[in-house]
This record gives sequence, structure tokens and C-alpha cells, in this order.
Amino acid sequence: MSTRPPLSGVSGQLVKILVLSVVAALAIWAATPLVHAGAWVGLGVVVAVTALVFYVYLSPRRLPAKYLLPGTLLLITFQILPVLLTITTSVTNYGDGHRGDKADAIAAIQAAAVKEVPGSPRYLLSAAWRGENATDGELVFLLTEPGSGEYLVGDAEGLEPLDPGGLTVDPEGRIVAAEGYTVMTPAEFNAHSERITGFAVPTEDGGIRSTGFDAYEGVSTRTYDESCDCITDSETGDVFVADNENGYFVTETGDRIRQGWQVNVGLDNFTRFFTDPDVRGPFTSIFLWNMMFAVCSVLFTFVLGLLCAMAMNHDRIRGKTLYRVLMVLPYAMPSFAMLLVWRDMFNADYGLLNQLLGLELDWFGETWTSRAAVLLVNTWLGYPYMFLICTGALQALPRDTLEAARIDGATGFQAFRKITLPLLLVALTPLLISSFAFNFNNFNAIQLTSGGHPFPDASPQTGDTDLLITYTFRLAFNGSGVDYGYAAAVSMFIFTIVAVISGISFARTRKQEEVYR
Amino acid sequence: MRGNWLTTMGWRHAVGLLAVAFSLIPIVFVVSSALNPLGTLSSTSLLPVHGFTLDNVTELFGGTDFGQWYLNTLVIAGTASVASIFISALAAYAFSRFRFRGRRISLLSLLLIQMFPQFLAIVAIFLIFTQVGEYWPALGFNTWTGLILVYLGGAMGVNTWLMKGFFDTLPKELDESATMDGASHGQIFFRIILPLVTPIIAITGLLAFIGMMNEFIMASVFLTSSSDKTLAVGLTGMVAANNRDAQFGMFCVGTLLTAIPTVGVFMFLQRYIVHGLTGGAVKG
Repeated sequence: MSTRPPLSGVSGQLVKILVLSVVAALAIWAATPLVHAGAWVGLGVVVAVTALVFYVYLSPRRLPAKYLLPGTLLLITFQILPVLLTITTSVTNYGDGHRGDKADAIAAIQAAAVKEVPGSPRYLLSAAWRGENATDGELVFLLTEPGSGEYLVGDAEGLEPLDPGGLTVDPEGRIVAAEGYTVMTPAEFNAHSERITGFAVPTEDGGIRSTGFDAYEGVSTRTYDESCDCITDSETGDVFVADNENGYFVTETGDRIRQGWQVNVGLDNFTRFFTDPDVRGPFTSIFLWNMMFAVCSVLFTFVLGLLCAMAMNHDRIRGKTLYRVLMVLPYAMPSFAMLLVWRDMFNADYGLLNQLLGLELDWFGETWTSRAAVLLVNTWLGYPYMFLICTGALQALPRDTLEAARIDGATGFQAFRKITLPLLLVALTPLLISSFAFNFNNFNAIQLTSGGHPFPDASPQTGDTDLLITYTFRLAFNGSGVDYGYAAAVSMFIFTIVAVISGISFARTRKQEEVYR
Repeated sequence: MRGNWLTTMGWRHAVGLLAVAFSLIPIVFVVSSALNPLGTLSSTSLLPVHGFTLDNVTELFGGTDFGQWYLNTLVIAGTASVASIFISALAAYAFSRFRFRGRRISLLSLLLIQMFPQFLAIVAIFLIFTQVGEYWPALGFNTWTGLILVYLGGAMGVNTWLMKGFFDTLPKELDESATMDGASHGQIFFRIILPLVTPIIAITGLLAFIGMMNEFIMASVFLTSSSDKTLAVGLTGMVAANNRDAQFGMFCVGTLLTAIPTVGVFMFLQRYIVHGLTGGAVKG
């Protein structure tokens, strides 16, 4: 950095002109697709941001803004906006079966209930993912109409023609490759057959569904009637009336159609913590363990790190550099990989720890061995950091104070307890609190090692080593269905806990003073 | 220094040796798995009893996109950490040297926002980038740029605090005398402040780099096609449930190769690291 040219006079102006030209170019690049799509709100945002950038950097004042603007723009877009979106999601039932609006739901319900009737058109079907080289994501049907040789793409919204230029077809006429899509191989087709048979492309009278490697366009047995806001099934005669509060169609007897739509459910997701017995009980025990995990992680890493730092804090100790380098090695290893290695070292059948200790423990099978194991792993990963910061802090301690204590006859331990430790704690509390906040949500440390195990028979959803964050992750993304609305609510809850605890601790440390200076 | 050797020095060596053993056991295990000719987890012990081989290395480079993952990771983590350090250095300078309306509240909000675990907002980020990818495919999923942007969203957080603490320790007289000599605020920042804070730049840069290299969840959502993956996503997939045992040797080779840049930088920056991490916090 020191070789950087001065930013004054001519060269400073040149840099400014160059940077602003790049901004202008980026703005034009960003605006073009927005203009094409007619996304005027988006265009307005781009124009406003560009104008702001030019104003701040061309104005002779606004000094702080010149330095804060780049970070703030990124922070707002990729940190604050997602948090706000999470808040708005937390009061909805957004999730599997409740994604789109009501019209989407009706189209999907009608499309899913299609029956093939004599004379229905048939298509050659290739299932594909949207996007190049994709292995998952949005499923689409690439269809060939055998008669006309027309090519179509069908997604959850409807049918659209495909440009034959970007397609590769086999002699039969079936699409084997398409630009912008990844066509599944027969093996992948089989692996995802459940999703493919469940998928329907809505059309005017019904929908297109798959049958083997073909697709047919059938007539729907279910029709929506606006006058009664209901869906009638012509085969069974069932009438499903819209429940606009909860976002689904339901018969008088309580039969629900799985496909619903997204509605605002108010604070329902939040009250589930207190009212739903499946949630309330486990929540308390997970919360307690979560606190214990975070506190113990900080405590163990700090004690061990401090002990090592004290041991190495002597001018004449031999091999100090070597000790230091070897001790901090865990910090330099890729943590995600080392967590997986530790997981396998705890393996009950052929894990290294059982081998070395001559034990036959099923480490992740018992509550307390599993908890001890994850804490041990987390201590291993975290203590080098504490060692480093303690070493730095020890070196920065005023030597004359310690010297004075020794002259006054304090023993080593007394000096440590009465002088060194309090001074260290004052200096390091902010870092200890950050460490607590980090460990409170240390997703990887649990997910990649114990995975929450063991799971008691009584509550198969909540593992004994689960943190709130891993528990939420499983409940929301891995259970019977994805429930983003509820996950968002739990996220808000976790955020509040961490923020309150950290806020209180920060307020109590006078280190904060520099903020007010 | 009085007293016998045992009480002044002996315990120091004892603690040191125990800590080193604790630190090294898993790493030695990784090394012997990497060299294990059988290449499986079940056949690996702490020391390489089955002999040495480099088969796992050739298998790793021949059978997977490891080289590509490595490149992706270096580019993504490298770009994002350099950019993120630059952004937070700018912000730290503003917070340390200027007094303006909303300064205190901005500093505290930064701290608070940072506590919202970004991955809890993953659904929101997913939705945002689905939209973004439709308008600007160059920023969408399976692109380096999109992932880098997400990482940069958090750039202002913790690093700004750490750096601000360090900037505060530089005497204001430096700025004042430079201003007397006719230097602009930009010159003061680039010519005077930045060279003086090289240690903290080095350490936060390294921390950011390590953090981004290990980041797993965002990357796994963003990068789904094999050739776009980062090391974290690719290597984790290698020991997924069904091939956990068989590919363990390869996985360990990958782990060691992943560690090389960080260990190297660590050794190189050792001195800075100790001062850098605590300098700001201690002298504040």
C-alpha cells in the first residue's frame, strides 16, 4: 500500500475521473436489461444510486460519506435487505405448497388434476433443469410436438415456444440438449421420477403431465368458480372452498388441497414457540444447551489459550517460535475439513480416538459424550486464536505495574490474579463477546460433526447437541416440507437473543467508551 | 529471575509440549491418511503403518475437479478479502477521523447487524439472487461475482471495528501536521495512515481470507455445478454419506493442499498477527 501514488493534484483527479467513469459504465450495463424488461422501479433505484455516487464524490464536502459509501451500499443490499425480507417472510406461511399467489395456486391445482382423454395431444418429453450445468433447481419440461415438430418449454407458469436454433434433437425428435437448460440423462430422469410425475405445466383447459418418457395434455377434473370462490372436482363431486386466511382450499369435512398460496399469517409463526407442544418443550432444552455450548466454548478456548500464552510469555524460553507455530496450526487448517476429520476420528467403529484410548465408545450415541466431543473439537479449533490474542495482550501490558507488584512482594499467582487477569479481561472482553456471539450460532461446529446426534426416541426432531440454528435448519429445510415462514420467525428469535445478550455485555464493559469519544 | 529451572521454565515447556501434541494429533492423522495407500478411513491409523504413496494425489487431480475448485477458491476468497479490507479500511478511517451526525448510531448498528447470522437470511438471499440472475446473468447463481458480492455485504462489520480501534491509536497530530503541509484527506489516508496500519491490514486480510475459504453454506447454495464449486463445497461433497470411507485419503490430500496457502501466509505474517489482533483492542 505504501507504494501507492499520491491522490492529489493531477493524478488524484485522474483516479477520480477513472473510477466515476467505471461507475457510469456499470450503471449503463445494469440499466439496459431493466429498460428491456420495463422494470421501472429497479431502473429508478439504479439511477438514484448512481446519482448519489456522483454527488458524494464530486461535492467538495461530504467527507465521511466519501469513505463510507461503498461499504454502506453493499451492506444495505446484501445484509440489511435480506434481513428485512426475512422479517416480512416471518409473518407469512411461505414454504412448500405456499409459494405463489392465489392465481398460481389455482392454475397448479387445475393442472395437477388433469386426466388423459381420447384425442389428447401427446409430446416427446425431456426433463431438464433451468440453467447450464445445473444438477438441481427449477424443473422444466422440454417438449416436442410429434406432428408439427414444434418445440416447447413448459414450467410451473405455462408453455412457451423454444427457439430451434439452440436445440440438439435425436432422430426421433426428442430434445437432448438445449441452450440455457440442462437436460437430464435417463439415469437422472429415474432418480427424479417422483418430482417429474408430480410436475404439471398449466395450460388453458388443464395441464401437461408426464407419462413415462412422454407427456400428454389433458383436461382438468377440477375447475375454479369465482362466484363461490371454490374449486369443484367433477370426478368426486367434492367442493373445496377457499380459506383466504390460511391460504388453501378446504372441503366442509376438512380435506385440504396440498397446493395453497402465500398469505399473511400475522404472528402465528411466533406464537408457535409458546403454543405448539412439539416446539415448546424441545426449544427450552435446546436453548439451555446452546447457552452452555457458547459459554463453554469461550471459556475453554480462553483458559487454554491464556495458559499457553502465559507459558510462552518469557524472554528466555527455548524454541518459542517453533512452539508458537505448531500451536497455531489448527487455526490455519481449513476448519470445515478439520471438523469432518474430527467427526471421523470420533467414529465408533474405526475412529482414531477409540483406537488410541482403547475404548469402544459410541461418542455421538450418548448425550454427554456427544456434547463433550463437540466441545473438545471446538476447543481445538478455537484455542489458537485465543492464544494469539492473549499473547498480544500480555505483551502490551504495562511492565512497570507488574514490576511494582513483584517488588511489593506479590507471588506469581497473586500478581496474575490481581493484576494481569483484570487488565487482560478489560482489553479482551469485546473479543470474548464476539467469540460468544459467533459460537452461539456456530452452525458448522455441530452440523459437520455430531449433526445434532443423538436423537432421543421421544423427540426425533431435536438432537441433544442441536443448537438453535441447526435445529431450525432441520425443522425448516429438512423436515416433511420446507417452511420458510417459520424458519424466518425462528431466525428473528435467535437474532434477538444474541443481540440482547451481546448488547448487555457490551454496555457493561467500559471499553465502549471510545465510541462516545 | 530466581528460583529453580523447574518452576520458572519447566512448566512452560510442559504446557507447550502438551498443547503442541493436542494441536498436532488430528493434523498428523490427516497426513497419514493422505499418504495411506489404501485410501480409506477404516484403514487409517495415527501413524502411517501401511507405507507411503502418492496415489491419493493423482486420484484427486485425475478424478475430480480439484484443480478448478482450488482456482475458484483462490479467486473468490482473494478478491473478496482484498476488496473487503479496502472497504472496511475506508470506513474505519471515516469513523476514526471524522466527527459527523449519526456516527455513534452507525457504529452501534454495524455491530448489531453483524450479529444477524447471514445464513439465516439465506432464503431471502436466494430469492434476491433468483431475481438478479434474471436481469444480469453475470451476477446470478454459479458465478464468482454473485458470491463475492454476497461476501462483501458483510465487509463493513467486524473488520471496521477492529481497524477503527487500531486507527484510533495513531496520534491525530500526524494528520494535523500533514494538513498544515497542504495534504488532502485522500493523501493523508493513502500516504500516511495506510502505511502505518500495515499490521492490522495484514491480519484482518488474513482473517477475512480464512473465513471466506471456509465458508460453506452460502457457497453451496450459490455454486451447484461441479466446475464452479469452491474447495469447501467440493471437498465436503467428497465425504458425503455414501462415499465417506472410500474417499477419505483423497479428502485428506485435499485438506492439506487447502491448508498450504493459509499456513504459508501464517508463517510469513506471524509477527504481525500477534500485534495486529490485539493492537487495536488493547490500546484503545
